[in-house]
Amino acid sequence: MTDTPFDQFRRTFFEECADLLTMAEGELRGLDLNAPNSESLHAIFRAVHSIKGGAGAFGFDRLVAFAHGFESTLDALRDHRLRLDRDHHDLIMRAFDVLADLVQDAHGESPMQGGSEQDIADALTRWRGDTASPAPLSASPAAHEKNSGGGCYLIRFTPNTQMLAKANEPLLILRELKRLGQATITVDLSRLPGLCEMSSQESYLSWTIELHTAHDLDRVRETFEFVLDDCELSITEHDTRKTEAPAAEGTEAPRGQTSAASPTSMRVDIDKVDRLVNMVGEIVITQAMLSQQIAHMQIDKHQELMTGIEQMAWHTRELQESVMAIRAQPVRSVFQRMPRLVRELSFALGKEVRLVTEGENTEVDKTVIEQLSDPLTHLIRNSVDHGIETPDQREVAEKPRIGTITLSAAHRHGRIVIAVDDDGAGLNLERIRARAIERGLIDAQADLDQEAILNLIFLPGFSTAAAVTNISGRGVGMDVVKRNVQAMGGRVTVESRPGQGARFTLSLPLTLAVLDGMLVRAGGERYVIPLAGIIESICPAPGMVAKLVGCGDVLHIRGEYVRLIPLHTAFNLHDDAQTNGLVVLVEAEGGRRAGFIVDEIIGQQQVVIKSMETNYTHIPGISAATILGDGRVALILDISGLMDMRMMNPSSSFAPDTTAYPLSSDCLPS
Amino acid sequence: MALEANPPHSEDGASRQEQGSTQARQYVTFTINSEEYGVDIMDVREIKGWTHATRLPNAPSYVRGVINLRGLMLPIFDLRSRFGQGETDASKTHVIVIVAVGSRTIGILVDAVSDILSITQDQIRPAPEFEQGHEAAYLHGLVSVSERMVALLALDRLFDLAGVREGILDAAVAEAVPQAAAQQAIA
Repeated sequence: MTDTPFDQFRRTFFEECADLLTMAEGELRGLDLNAPNSESLHAIFRAVHSIKGGAGAFGFDRLVAFAHGFESTLDALRDHRLRLDRDHHDLIMRAFDVLADLVQDAHGESPMQGGSEQDIADALTRWRGDTASPAPLSASPAAHEKNSGGGCYLIRFTPNTQMLAKANEPLLILRELKRLGQATITVDLSRLPGLCEMSSQESYLSWTIELHTAHDLDRVRETFEFVLDDCELSITEHDTRKTEAPAAEGTEAPRGQTSAASPTSMRVDIDKVDRLVNMVGEIVITQAMLSQQIAHMQIDKHQELMTGIEQMAWHTRELQESVMAIRAQPVRSVFQRMPRLVRELSFALGKEVRLVTEGENTEVDKTVIEQLSDPLTHLIRNSVDHGIETPDQREVAEKPRIGTITLSAAHRHGRIVIAVDDDGAGLNLERIRARAIERGLIDAQADLDQEAILNLIFLPGFSTAAAVTNISGRGVGMDVVKRNVQAMGGRVTVESRPGQGARFTLSLPLTLAVLDGMLVRAGGERYVIPLAGIIESICPAPGMVAKLVGCGDVLHIRGEYVRLIPLHTAFNLHDDAQTNGLVVLVEAEGGRRAGFIVDEIIGQQQVVIKSMETNYTHIPGISAATILGDGRVALILDISGLMDMRMMNPSSSFAPDTTAYPLSSDCLPS
Repeated sequence: MALEANPPHSEDGASRQEQGSTQARQYVTFTINSEEYGVDIMDVREIKGWTHATRLPNAPSYVRGVINLRGLMLPIFDLRSRFGQGETDASKTHVIVIVAVGSRTIGILVDAVSDILSITQDQIRPAPEFEQGHEAAYLHGLVSVSERMVALLALDRLFDLAGVREGILDAAVAEAVPQAAAQQAIA
């Protein structure tokens, strides 16, 4: 990596922007319109201000211009010069969208059309102009008589080292104070050391300021807003009759504020964490190898060695958990984007919808978080659009006019389960079935149970139909949801209670660094089939397999013909072409099915994913590799990639042998 | 004046030292049958005994498979097979020389490691051009060391990935052809 320091600053800026936007949006969402919390407004203001400052340093003029207008509006809000009502809350939300878009634009990710932010910027200006006309008067220091909060303040201000380290300049603060009124500033030089002992990093000065101003205490304290945590500050209302004022009044508030803030954290390059995760993965494998080795040893002779290895196993497990926890993040960052979606959609569709979120603090690996947003957006959109009825329809059905969508996250069996639950009309099985027949996706006579019908909505053809005709059948982009979720090694299921609602459940691995797989043997090698794609494993009876010219063998199962792919010939392993084997029935995106012929099913296990492309090249039919407990490499199959391969060797024959592999439960993993 | 006189001296010394290091480079040599090959010691990361390699699908015959090198997926190339002399019947005494080729790390399967030689640039002779076979293109040159001939390998050309990818393609085509022929025959 060749990174100039400038690139690093730039990257940090955008990372911080993302954090600030998420934080501020959360604050904004939590804002009670009737009693806006000034702490939240301050936090939002600070976020926009910081983005503006950073953008200025990098010369993102367009972003600066917009942020400036936005900031002024927020400033007016927290000064109570503007009042926040519902419409304006929406405006602020939209301004946030624009700000986020502009940040992306500056990042060069998704370019915005020139001037597209102008509408919102104008709306903000208009809002300020409407109600804030008296504001300039009170803001001017000359307006002494108008302000009730004005007076004389005695300020003691002692910056500490961190303040300088964060590039805050005391001089600017003093200058700002002078702007507020008449200030008499006295500097305290008592802590100033000799020139030789002086460090450029250290701060030695403190100031006493006597300020005669027309502004109230809040306005004065605002001047110190950005340095509250990094200085000792006391502001006291200074009565000219009393010269000695009690100190420490101002210090209490900011201290309390910091303790309420999130635990201290540091920003680490994700590459470094990845390397750490990798290393721990190696330790886990090595440890497994050692354990396997000592299993053959005589316990009584090597008691201490045994104890040591056991202890190491324990520590390794803990180490692995801690390292994975570094990358874990609460799903909150994704969930927080959803309320706006619900608000906008319900407004556009004339519905009333309430979004309830549960388990926002459930943690999951960063790689998963990043890919969660798309499927969730689809599911929520689907629930608002097709699930929740209009208020009038709901009244007829004797349900509250306001529909509820519950978005929840929880850990279950080492996976994260995310559910989107609505109290809408549920899915109409008859209509789904009718549409599927209409689109030629199923046979008109097909006998499908409820689950099978519900699963039809995940077929690509199905969703297109629903989207094009815009009829209220479920399924806009459901195939996309399924594809995204499967790509992460997850599953999506749907349940429906007609008239009462529907529930979509995503079950995802906690991290994309490991995968749940089934270990099989074929052609003398072991392979891992991702569990998410497996439907079932069967030992077919001879009558179930037929030959199809140019296609090799096909399996006849439950009225369906499925292509059989013998792994050893697909991979050209030149072992004996004959295999008496098992069939693992798999499904790729889009519902395509195939059966992999394998010799043995070894079992189910979690594997650490390793790239093959670092030192080798992409291999068709293989997605990655992993290391097994004995230290050897096993390849992870790419199900859809294998289906796309057309190199079937018809000369190799698959001869199911029911005597060798009786159809019993012990040849299948439980 | 004295200050001006000094720099040329030290510069001279440095360049002489540098010349010395370019002149004699060290090469790790290894054998296949009785042939001896060498690679620049700076490219060699590690040498280890043969272990089971997991075979890679549709790979060219000189790709023996992949092994786990402390978490790294390390492809193993059979040098004998690469030179068209058949596959090495690998045993525990066979050796994998782990080398860096560009940004990749690969393993080369050889019979045995034989020596470390210091070779100066002027000892290296260009490999003669052969009509058939392009083995010469995979060599940096030839060196004779006490009546032995050592062929210095150009690893980047010998094990480039384009070749491997072509190999994968060839294997796929070879499988597909009989099938197409069978179909034609039926038609």
